[in-house]
Amino acid sequence: MEEGNTIAKRAGSRLCCLCNERKPALKRPKTLEQICRDCFYNVFEEEIHQVIVGNHLFKAGERVAIGASGGKDSTVLAYVMSELNRRHNYGLDLFLLSVDEGITGYRDDSLETVKRNEVQYGLPLKIVSYKDLYGWTMDEIVKVIGLKNNCTFCGVFRRQALDRGAAYLKVDKLVTGHNADDIAETVLLNILRGDVARLSRCTSITTGEDGPIPRCKPFKYTYENFNQNHTYAYFKKLDYFSTECIYSPNAYRGFAREFIKDLERMRPRAIVDIIKSGENFRISTSTKMPEQGTCERCGYISSQKWCKACVLLEGLNRGLPKLGIGRSRFLENSNDNRKEAKRNDGDRSIESKQCGSLDF
Amino acid sequence: MHLTLEFGGGLELLCDSVKIHNVDVELKKGLEKLTMKDLLAWVRTNLIKERPEMFMKGDTVRPGVLVLVNDCDWELSGQLETTLQEKDVVVFISTLHGG
Repeated sequence: MEEGNTIAKRAGSRLCCLCNERKPALKRPKTLEQICRDCFYNVFEEEIHQVIVGNHLFKAGERVAIGASGGKDSTVLAYVMSELNRRHNYGLDLFLLSVDEGITGYRDDSLETVKRNEVQYGLPLKIVSYKDLYGWTMDEIVKVIGLKNNCTFCGVFRRQALDRGAAYLKVDKLVTGHNADDIAETVLLNILRGDVARLSRCTSITTGEDGPIPRCKPFKYTYENFNQNHTYAYFKKLDYFSTECIYSPNAYRGFAREFIKDLERMRPRAIVDIIKSGENFRISTSTKMPEQGTCERCGYISSQKWCKACVLLEGLNRGLPKLGIGRSRFLENSNDNRKEAKRNDGDRSIESKQCGSLDF
Repeated sequence: MHLTLEFGGGLELLCDSVKIHNVDVELKKGLEKLTMKDLLAWVRTNLIKERPEMFMKGDTVRPGVLVLVNDCDWELSGQLETTLQEKDVVVFISTLHGG
């Protein structure tokens, strides 16, 4: 009791503002009230429920794949989704979908976490790998192109990998653990790169409704400010993996992230305001926007003749890894012999196949 | 003062991959209490073996590091001004990586 009193004293001699029974553990975002752990769980889960219902994210009977990397956001997502699905009878068939990029020392460890999640949450797991889909692991790609543009490859390949995994599972929707911070970073990145087309789309809570599989982000309004996902995962002792991708220190996104974190410190509303700005951008009518079509090689959604993944893959396979990155230059084909050796090494030679054999 | 310090979310890599540290922190001469500010400086000097900029920025933790004192967010107890007591448990979790 003495211990409890001392802590209560240090915490401002108050009890939880919501239940008035337990000692507060943190400040509630937005209202700054001091609340205890149990009330935090309720508030957090209810907020997500309201976002799901208010934005009509799902319909009863839908099959939904949860993009699971083993990290804190996707673990919290898997936990909360299965909890809310049960509690509020969403009637959804939930699955875990994981992407194996082939990064030793990072992905192999986090996949172990997802396999544990499969058991812990009782959700069937499907893993898709770059090696199977494209014939290349990220480690192999980095060996060829170095550390500067590797995230470009990974991002493009991962998007497609998720769609292919989702098609395999025959799901109606894909759900990911992107939160407000992530979306704010994306808005900033698109501004920095002048990517007008993406800028107009990236703040929607559901994207890709005109593509193969729509994907939504129930955590869109969850600010990492006050570190909600982390706090939730920590208190609930959820099993998650928490190391940075070994290649990520070179990612451009890191700069946006650092910048936003600093802004947030001075003005906590910075994140939600960036998203609001992003939602309200209007593209000038005189701007030429890319038209949407399909890739000639694999049928995936694309605004060019070939989708970005096919272009990048072609570059890798032909020993021209800069194809599709910035201005294309012709590099010496000293790598060609190595590529030939790859093709003949016996395992599924996806390189000779088109980018994917699933119909879109 | 005996304290238990826990590092998570990747921060343990800065302290020789050890997650839990049972430490004995000396109070500064003439001072009776230990604040979080003092503790942070102590940790930076004594526990962080590499890349201190991942843990601290200036006097306080880098933005994105969650700090819990006895399972309570340090925002509740005054952040840097929080006074620590014998046998307190302080947890540092980094949040700045993909999830």
